[in-house]
Amino acid sequence: MIYVVIIFLWVALLLYLVMGGADFGAGIIEMFTSNKNKSRTRKIMYNAIGPIWEANHMWLIIAIVILFVGFPVIYATMSIYLHIPLTVMLMGIIARGTALTFRNYDAVHDNMQKIYNKIFVYSSFITPLFLGIIAGSAVSGRVDPQATNFMDAYMYSWLNWFSVAIGFFTVALCGFLAAIYLIGEANDDSERKSFIRKARLMNIAAVIAGSVVFIASVKENIPLVEWVFGNIIGIAAVSAATISLILLWYLISKGKRYIIRVLAGFQMTMILLTTTYKHYPNIIILKNGGHLSLIEDQGAEKAIQSLGIALLVGSIFILPALFYLVWSFQQKPDGESEVESH
Amino acid sequence: MDNFMAARSQMALSLGFHIIFSCIGMVMPFFMAVSHFLWLRTGNPVYQNVTKAWSKGVAIFFATGAVSGTVLSFELGLLWPTFMKHAGPIFGMPFSLEGTAFFIEAIALGFFLYGWTRFNRWFHWFTGVVVGISGLTSGILVVAANAWMNSPTGFELIDGKYTNIDPIKAMFNPAWFSQALHMSVAAFAATGFAVAGVHALMVMRKQNVNFHLRAFKIAAIFGVIAAILQPLSGDISAKMVAKRQPAKLAAMEAHFDTKPYSPLIIGGIPDVKNKKVNYAIELPGMLSFMVYDDFKTPVKGLDQIPERDQPPVAVTHYAFQLMVALGMLMMGLGILYLIALWRKKNWFDKRWFLKLFIWATPVGFIAVEAGWTVTEVGRQPWIIQGVMRTADAVTPMPGIGYSFYLFTAVYFTLSLAVIFLLYRQIKMVPIIYDNPKPVSK
Ligand code: HDD
Ligand code: HEM
Ligand code: HEM
Repeated sequence: MIYVVIIFLWVALLLYLVMGGADFGAGIIEMFTSNKNKSRTRKIMYNAIGPIWEANHMWLIIAIVILFVGFPVIYATMSIYLHIPLTVMLMGIIARGTALTFRNYDAVHDNMQKIYNKIFVYSSFITPLFLGIIAGSAVSGRVDPQATNFMDAYMYSWLNWFSVAIGFFTVALCGFLAAIYLIGEANDDSERKSFIRKARLMNIAAVIAGSVVFIASVKENIPLVEWVFGNIIGIAAVSAATISLILLWYLISKGKRYIIRVLAGFQMTMILLTTTYKHYPNIIILKNGGHLSLIEDQGAEKAIQSLGIALLVGSIFILPALFYLVWSFQQKPDGESEVESH
Repeated sequence: MDNFMAARSQMALSLGFHIIFSCIGMVMPFFMAVSHFLWLRTGNPVYQNVTKAWSKGVAIFFATGAVSGTVLSFELGLLWPTFMKHAGPIFGMPFSLEGTAFFIEAIALGFFLYGWTRFNRWFHWFTGVVVGISGLTSGILVVAANAWMNSPTGFELIDGKYTNIDPIKAMFNPAWFSQALHMSVAAFAATGFAVAGVHALMVMRKQNVNFHLRAFKIAAIFGVIAAILQPLSGDISAKMVAKRQPAKLAAMEAHFDTKPYSPLIIGGIPDVKNKKVNYAIELPGMLSFMVYDDFKTPVKGLDQIPERDQPPVAVTHYAFQLMVALGMLMMGLGILYLIALWRKKNWFDKRWFLKLFIWATPVGFIAVEAGWTVTEVGRQPWIIQGVMRTADAVTPMPGIGYSFYLFTAVYFTLSLAVIFLLYRQIKMVPIIYDNPKPVSK
């Protein structure tokens, strides 16, 4: 049963990265959109994202619940030593979720919209940045339960080049995902072109941020190169991601809107696979060389068992409904969408 | 601010904030389902407008409830890591089921809010009902988790180790039923009165009377029925508390001496140092009667509980008195409403009648906050009753005070924003819904 739980945890993280990532990315794209096109972009985005926004961020909650029920020591350790970035991320989540809703449901359309938009855009950037920082910190080997002063215990655990670089890498990935997604939602050719341009921009940004991650890992003595290239799965996944990227750019020019989404999702899967495979089952690496592991630090057997059953039963209900939701809103909007109709 | 106090305050603030939004998110879908149903059956467009107007309000509340709930699931660890390290696997069952319930709720909400013109009308209606049912289910589940903190079961503590964990037994702990019942009824009462109050105000101001009067009636009937049931369910809760947490009961009642014919103490100012209550009304034997159904059996008082295991008496007592007083008030109003409905239809045009409901807008939520204060403060100094002390559970990270100030500022701003948006929704009712042609099919 522990493996069922671990798979659910991994899949929840992946789906949050892909679906939530595209969602955050939409805000990042908005940041890089000229004022003239902003409101149109926003409308396309909202039609695409509105209906599933609420469901997207459930993946994060599922992941957290799995952590605290199944792996309480890991949850507690992260909560203590990564308190500050977690708090910042939460602020981002609050700001983003409410700004998104407020700007669509404010009955009066006036200057308040500008404020909502600002908040939405900045928090769309901050949240994945810190999400990435948290993920990076978990494996950076800077979490130090033996630390005796505030800075070592609560600041340097996450404030280092490597974690921050991962943060920016995550931001770029989100932007990339969103651009790819939006290409398929565009209403006309000029919009499509503009999203393709953004996808290219984000792709370049991701490559740059990715390189910085490697440089930072060398500087911080983190054996990232070995994790990624020191094993067959890592090499295979990186190659698959690279090939699919080339394929993706080829297919964009052919205007295949669904396949490119699948390919972008596939790339995220490969990236998450390379970064987690080598040190599975360890998910937190401590400063003293120790680690917290999904196997050794799992919670009580009965708890894992009932958690696994709850997840399995839950997914019987959730997956078909979610699929139907996504599917029905994939059918092109039928002219009038309720939100704008007043 | 000292770290421990800051952590407690931040927890209380976040929960106190979340509970308002979750109550509304839980109950409003039922109101909407009724008016939606009336529209589908009668074809009267006013009902459609009411449903739509409500659904916009609900979207705002839902999002705020969802983000504040997300924050809570992290905060449990951020503030109480030691508690979660041990309790997580034990009381995690309801949380994992709750995940499913939330998910279904979120999906159904997507269908409901965006599906007005896309689906079969009854399928669309049904998705709204699903939002309500899954919201209510998640509320019940999360309260079962809280009930476990009051009556921990489903594990054994041997040499400081939590073993023989049985998550199912922990979920169905002795307190879950009384608490979940009381909470669910409270959510209906509080939301019903709040929504009714807002619409009553608009009726009194003679704005869109047709629209607001119908909205008022739907919300009020839910609130009224719940308010009449609430004291009964409160009585069940009190009996449960007496059984499992005598210290909490004693603090609620400011009951200092254990003696036969224990009195029910109403009001008054507890004087903890001298172990008495000043200026209170005492009804001899009534407390014994309420707890044990006979006037004589003594009820355990604070004198039998070591000082270090006593909760703060004054806060618990005041909060309890406040809740009960408001509960009685709401029940009274409820009865009045039923009279109006059956016998005195003309009261609905009377200012005094509407005014009563306008004044009652916030009382349900004040009672909810007071009730949770009783439950949570009354459990002190324990975070898990009799098992783990709150002070031992708090995070070692210093400086939580700053975090508390930050959260206070954020929640304060958010509350203002929500009020502002709601005000604008209501202000726009005549403009959006008064045009003679229906908004859309
Ligand atoms: C509309 C709100 C509301 C109203 C009118 C009442 N309550 Fe209440 N009460 C709550 C809302 C609430 C609550 C916020 O929902 C609590 C907190 C925990 C819980 O399960 O319900 C609660 C807790 C609570 C508890 C503690 C339960 C525990 O710790 O397990 C008791 C003993 C009562 N209530 C008793 C009453 C009585 C005798 C009432 C008589 C009128 C009453 N309540 C009205
Ligand atoms: C499932 C639901 C809940 C859980 C799991 C829960 C858990 C907790 C925890 C862990 C604490 C901190 C430790 C403590 O002080 O004992 C706390 C404190 C508190 N909670 Fe709850 N709580 C829940 C519901 C609520 C709600 C809905 C309210 C609404 C107002 C509330 C009000 C408070 C208050 C006032 C405190 C501070 C008490 C004090 O420290 O003196 N709780 N709760
Ligand atoms: C420690 C206590 C609590 C935690 C950790 C918690 C957690 C959460 C989370 C994660 C969400 C977001 C789900 C979504 O995206 O839809 C949420 C929303 C919700 N919570 Fe809580 N919650 C707590 C207390 C409560 C209590 C006491 C109730 C009610 C009795 C409640 C009822 C709800 C409901 C109905 C929602 C759905 C959102 C809405 O309708 O606005 N929660 N909660």
